[in-house]
Amino acid sequence: MKVKLLFFAALREQLGRPAEELELPPSVTTVAALRDHLRARGGEWGRVFAPNRPVRAAVNQDMVQAEARINAGDEVAFFPPVTGG
Amino acid sequence: MKVAVQREDFDLGAEVRAISKNDKIGAVASFAGLVRDGRMTLEHYPGMTEREIRKIVDEAARRWQVMDCTVIHRYGELQPNDQIVLVAVASAHRGDAFAACEFIMDYLKTRAPFWKKEHRAGGATWVESRAADDEAALRWKQDKR
Repeated sequence: MKVKLLFFAALREQLGRPAEELELPPSVTTVAALRDHLRARGGEWGRVFAPNRPVRAAVNQDMVQAEARINAGDEVAFFPPVTGG
Repeated sequence: MKVAVQREDFDLGAEVRAISKNDKIGAVASFAGLVRDGRMTLEHYPGMTEREIRKIVDEAARRWQVMDCTVIHRYGELQPNDQIVLVAVASAHRGDAFAACEFIMDYLKTRAPFWKKEHRAGGATWVESRAADDEAALRWKQDKR
């Protein structure tokens, strides 16, 4: 299935892109699995998605936990803890 | 209820007056956040930001009597002393207005997808999130005010 990925702030800068379309293998059905999938690209991806990095995720613009499911056509965003206000 | 995410500055007085035009309103509490120290850039997640702020405002309106409310958050390049954020709440009495205003501000800091980048002489750095902000939002979970 295909999903749209978005990256913000420090993650966007480190990964060198604000967004990408990605075809996921059938085994990747949760946010946690997607994180592992992206970490496996190595290099900056390995560092950004290292298990000890505090990365937050949103699916279709709702903040979610790691176990949240992903469906075809979803917009999945990764970003650091927020610092507005 | 007005939620705006914008580059432009806002007029605090005009925003407060705009939610005061009802003779049942006896109190308006407002908070304005300003840029401290140096220049900064604020990035946000268009779409999600407005949704998150609306959810926070709706939650405040369930807990307290909120007769009207305006939240404005800026993004883009900001200079020292610029206004960043405004939360203004109108109610019949001050207790509800103060509490709802503080609640919205505390949750906004931990839930609305904004990220600050500070520009200093040595270069630009992303601001780290603060545990104190999480604690400020958390206390509303037990607090029965």
